[in-house]
Amino acid sequence: MVAIPYLFNEIERIFENTPLYVIVLEAFLLLSVIWLLLFKRNGRGKRYTKIEEEEIISKYEPEPLIAETDPNHPLLQTRLVQSKVGKRVVVDGHECLNLATHNYLGLLEDDKILEDACNTLKKYGVGSCGPRGFYGTMDVHLDLEERLAKFTGMEESVVYSYGFSTIASAIPAYAKRGDVIFADEMVNFAIQKGLDASRSTIYYYKHNNMADLERLLIEQQERDAKNPKKAAKTRRFLLAEGIYMNTGEICPLPELVALRAKYKLRLFLDESISFGTLGKTGHGLTEHFNVDLIEVDLIMAGMENSLATIGGFCVGSHFIVEHQRLSGLGYCFSASLPPLLTQAAISALDRFETEPQMFTQLQEISRNVQRIFGKFSKLKLRANELSPIKHLYIAEERENADEERELLIRIANKCITKGVAVIEARYLNNLEKHAIRQSIRITVNRLLTDTDIKHAFDVIESVSNEVL
Amino acid sequence: MGNLYGDNGGVVQEHQQNSDFVNYCNKMQGNLVADMSNCGSGDLRARKNGFKANETEAKPVNGCLKNCSTNSTTCQQAKGKVCPNSSQALLTPAKKLKELAEEHTTKTSFEEVPLHTACLTYLGFYLLMILGYINQLLFVPKVAKEENRDGYVTLYDAFESFYSRYVYRRVRDCWNRPICSVPGDEVTLKDRVTKDYGWSFQFTGTETRCLNLGSYNYLGFADAKGPCAEKSEKTAREMGLAMTSSRVELGTTQLHLDLEQLTARYLGVEDAIVFGMGFATNALNLPSLISPGCLVLSDEKNHASIILGLRLSGATTKVFKHNNMRDLERVLRHNVVHGNPKAGGKPWKKILILVEGVFSMEGSIVRLPEIIALKKKYKAYLYLDEAHSIGAMGPNGGGAVDYFGVDPNDVDILMGTFTKSFGSAGGYIAGSKRLIDYLRTNSHAHCYASSMSPPIAQQIYTSMSMIMGLDGTDTGRQKINQLARNTRYFRRRLAQMGVITYGHEDSPVVPMLVYLFSKIGAVVRTLTTRHIAVVGVGFPATPIMEGRIRYCLSAAHTKEQLDYALDVIDEISDTLGLKYSRKPREPNPIEY
Ligand SMILES: Cc1ncc(COP(=O)(O)O)c(C=O)c1O
Repeated sequence: MVAIPYLFNEIERIFENTPLYVIVLEAFLLLSVIWLLLFKRNGRGKRYTKIEEEEIISKYEPEPLIAETDPNHPLLQTRLVQSKVGKRVVVDGHECLNLATHNYLGLLEDDKILEDACNTLKKYGVGSCGPRGFYGTMDVHLDLEERLAKFTGMEESVVYSYGFSTIASAIPAYAKRGDVIFADEMVNFAIQKGLDASRSTIYYYKHNNMADLERLLIEQQERDAKNPKKAAKTRRFLLAEGIYMNTGEICPLPELVALRAKYKLRLFLDESISFGTLGKTGHGLTEHFNVDLIEVDLIMAGMENSLATIGGFCVGSHFIVEHQRLSGLGYCFSASLPPLLTQAAISALDRFETEPQMFTQLQEISRNVQRIFGKFSKLKLRANELSPIKHLYIAEERENADEERELLIRIANKCITKGVAVIEARYLNNLEKHAIRQSIRITVNRLLTDTDIKHAFDVIESVSNEVL
Repeated sequence: MGNLYGDNGGVVQEHQQNSDFVNYCNKMQGNLVADMSNCGSGDLRARKNGFKANETEAKPVNGCLKNCSTNSTTCQQAKGKVCPNSSQALLTPAKKLKELAEEHTTKTSFEEVPLHTACLTYLGFYLLMILGYINQLLFVPKVAKEENRDGYVTLYDAFESFYSRYVYRRVRDCWNRPICSVPGDEVTLKDRVTKDYGWSFQFTGTETRCLNLGSYNYLGFADAKGPCAEKSEKTAREMGLAMTSSRVELGTTQLHLDLEQLTARYLGVEDAIVFGMGFATNALNLPSLISPGCLVLSDEKNHASIILGLRLSGATTKVFKHNNMRDLERVLRHNVVHGNPKAGGKPWKKILILVEGVFSMEGSIVRLPEIIALKKKYKAYLYLDEAHSIGAMGPNGGGAVDYFGVDPNDVDILMGTFTKSFGSAGGYIAGSKRLIDYLRTNSHAHCYASSMSPPIAQQIYTSMSMIMGLDGTDTGRQKINQLARNTRYFRRRLAQMGVITYGHEDSPVVPMLVYLFSKIGAVVRTLTTRHIAVVGVGFPATPIMEGRIRYCLSAAHTKEQLDYALDVIDEISDTLGLKYSRKPREPNPIEY
C-alpha cells in the first residue's frame, strides 16, 4: 500500500521527462495493438447471420469417411495358415516347405524356448497390464535388456513391445523439426514412418549409392555455410538398414561410417534382419564389416525375425539409449512386452551364445540359395549372397506393376498348391516413398537342406515357366 | 435450430453463459460448475447401493446450479446409474440428452485447487528447479557426457535433459519399479536402493508384496492360472509364439479371424480387425483414415498414440477443452461454417471427432451421447478410443458405448486395446464391414507390422468369451459387477475422506490430487512401505500444478483389500496433508 503514492510520483516524473511526440506516438501504438487484438480477428473471415450459418451447416456434405474398397483387392485375399510357421507350414490346406516367413534361424520350432516361455506364462500370466513406468517392468524385461546389451557389446538397451514401433519411435525421439536426416531411398516402411514422425527435413540418397549421399552432404554443407547460426543448431542424422527388407542388399557400413565422421552425422542403423544373421557370431553388420561399435550411434532392431518372438530393441551408449526411456513414445505410452515373449527372446539369446555355429550355417545356406536361385529362366534374383532375404523379379519387365503383381500372385498360389510356400512381397504401393518393384520375397531358413532347396527350385522353376 | 448447447430460443451467442453448460467441468479456465454442495448430500444419503438403474432419484439439478454460488467445486451428487434404453424412453431425445448431460456433470468432479496450495506447488516446483540448476553446476555425471562425438551439434534439448537429470531424478525411484509376479490383485516388487541419489539402482535381493492399485488389470484377467492361462499355453504349444510375418503375408490363422469375429460380435458391429499393439493401432491406422484437408477435433487429454497418429496423417488438428461440449461445438460450428482457411474457406473434406472412452489421467468418462448428437448435427465422424473403458465400463463390459446404451453404429470407428481389461496385448478397430475392409487394404500395421502372437490372441479370445458369458458361467458378469462396486465404494470413501479426486464416479481410474511434485514421491514411497503399490503422475504428463496419484481398481480386489488401502490412505493423507477438498463430507459410513 505504501508503494502506491510513489508509483504515481514515478509516473508523473516519467511524463514530465518525455517529449510530447513520444507520448503521442506510444499512445497511437498502444491503440493500434488493442485494435489488432480486438477487431482484426473478427474482421478476417466473413460474418454470417445465424440463419445463414444454419443454411451452410445443412448444406455441408463431407466426403465419406473412407473410400469404397474393391472386393477383389489383393490385400483382402490373405492366405490362411493352419499350423506353426516352422520350416514346414500348412497354408490353405497345403502342406508346404516354408520360404516365406522371417524365422531365419528356425528358433520358432525350438522346444527349449517354447518350454521356457510356457514356464514364464505360468509364473506371470499373459499380459503385463501396464507400461514400463507403471509396474509393467518385470524382471524378465530387465534381464533381456541386460542380455542384449551384453550380447551386442553396447552399454545399454531398451526393449519395446512391437517391432514396427521400435523403429518408428526411436527415430523421432532424437530427430526433431529443423533437423536433417539423410536416408537410403529403399528404407523399410517403419523407418519411413519414423522419419515422418520426426518432422525433420529428409534427403533420400539413391540405394546404397555413396556418391549420391556425398553429393547431398556437400549440398547440406553449402546450405550450412550460408546460415551458420541455423547450422549450429541443426542435428544431422544418417539412416540405413543393415540388410534391406525391400532389396535384400547389405548397406556399405565402412563407407557410411567414413561419411558420418567426415560430415559429423549420427548414424542410426536398422538391423532388424541383419541382427542374428550376419557376422560370425550373429552380432550383425558391425561384426560382418568389423567396424568398431563406437562408430554407430544407435542400433535398432525388431525381435520378430531371427529371435522369433515379438517386440524390438535399441542398443547404444548409455548417453543415447537412456533418453528413450522418457522420450520413446512407443516405450513410454504402451504396455510392456508380454513376459512370455520377453522370455522367448532371452532364451533365443541363450541359443545365440551357446550355438554360434548357427550363423555360419545360415550364411552357408543363404549362399547356396543364392547360387541355385540365380538360375531361374524367367525370374531374376536380387540380394546379397549372405542375406536371408532374396527377391525374385520377373526377368522380362512388364509395362505395368499391376500386371507383374498378378503374375507373381499366380506363381505364389501355384507354388503353394505344389507344396512350396513362397509369397509375393506386399506393400501399400501408394504410400511407399519410392516405388518398389513387385517381387517374390524368399526367406532362407537355417533348417533347409540341399534337397529342400533343390526341390523348391524345381517347383518355382516349373511354375514360373508355366505362368510367364 | 441453434447450437445444441447454449440454445436460448433461436439466437445463439457464442460466449453466452448458459448455466447448464457453460460451466462444464473445465478446470483449465477456472470456470467450474457451481458448487452443488447444498443439494448433493441429501441425495447421497438417499442413494441405494449397487449399480443398477435407480432413475427415480434423478433430481433436476438445474435449479441448484443457478442458486449455488459459483464456487470452484463441482458437485458430487450421487445418483443411480441410468439405463438410457429403458428408463428414458418417454422423454424426447433433446430432453433426454440434456438430462443425461446434467447427470454426467453431477457425477463428474474436477474440484479446483485451493489457492495457497497452487502457490505452494509453483514455489515447490521452482525450488526444485533451482536446486537442480545448482546441482548441475556442481556435478555432471559421466552418463551425461557424450563420448567420441566432439564438435557435433548437441543431441538433446538443454531443458529436457536438465529436467530428466536433475529434477525427475529425485523421484526416479517411484517409477519403472520392477515386479516379479503376476500383476494381479497383489504384486511383488523387487526392492532396490540407490546409493547415488537416483542415478543408478541396485537390487537388495528382497521383495515386497503389495496390494496392486497400479496395474490396468480392470477385470482381473491377469492371472497365471485358470482357463485363460491354460488355453494360451496350449495355443503356444500348437501354433508357436509368433508368426514372424505380417498379417497379409503368412500371418493370418483361424484364431486371428475368430478373434476378429468375436470382437465384432462383442461390440455389436459388423466387423473388426486386430493388431499386435494398442499404441500402433492408433498410430498406424489414423493416417489411413484421414489426410491433409481433413479436420480433426481432438480432446486435449488424448493419449500420445492418438497424437502421433494425427501427426503422421498430416490432417489439421484442433484441440478442444477436455470433455467440454460447448467448446467442441464452438470449434465444430466455426469450422463447418467457415471451412478450411488454408483452402480459401472451402469446406473441410471431412471432420473427425477424436475422443477416449475413459481418460486415463483424468478418470473422466466421455460425454458420448452429446458427442453423437453433435456429430450428427454437424455431419462429422467419430473415433472413440476405448482403451481404458472396454471391458471396464457398461453393464456388459462393452465400454462407454455400452455404459451409455448408445447404438454402437453411431460411432464410426471404435478402437480399443486388449492390454487392460483382457490381460493381454494388442488393439482392435471395429465398425462397419466397409471400414474394416478399407483398413485391411490400407492399414500400415496390417500390411507391415508383425501379426499378433497366437498365445496373446488366445488370451483375448478366452477372456472375451468369459465376459460375454460364452463359457457358460457368469464369471465374466461377476467380474464386471465387482469392478463397478469396487469403483463406487473406493471413490466415495475417498471423497468422504476429503481428498480431491478427479473424474466420474463410475470410472475405475481414480486420480487423487496431491499437487506438489515432492508429495508425489512422498505418497508413492510411504504407500510402498505400507504394502500398497500405486502410480504417481507429475509434470510433464500432467500440468505442473496437478501432480497426482492414480489408483486403478480391479475386479480382483476384495472389500477387505480396499478397506485396508483406504485406511492407510486416510492415515497418510493426514500426515502428508492431502485432504484439500472443501466439499462437505458424507457423515455416514459408506456401504459397500
Ligand atoms: C487411450 C489409449 N490408447 C492407446 C493406448 C496404448 O495401448 P497399448 O498399451 O496396448 O499399446 C493406451 C495405453 O496406455 C491408452 O491409454
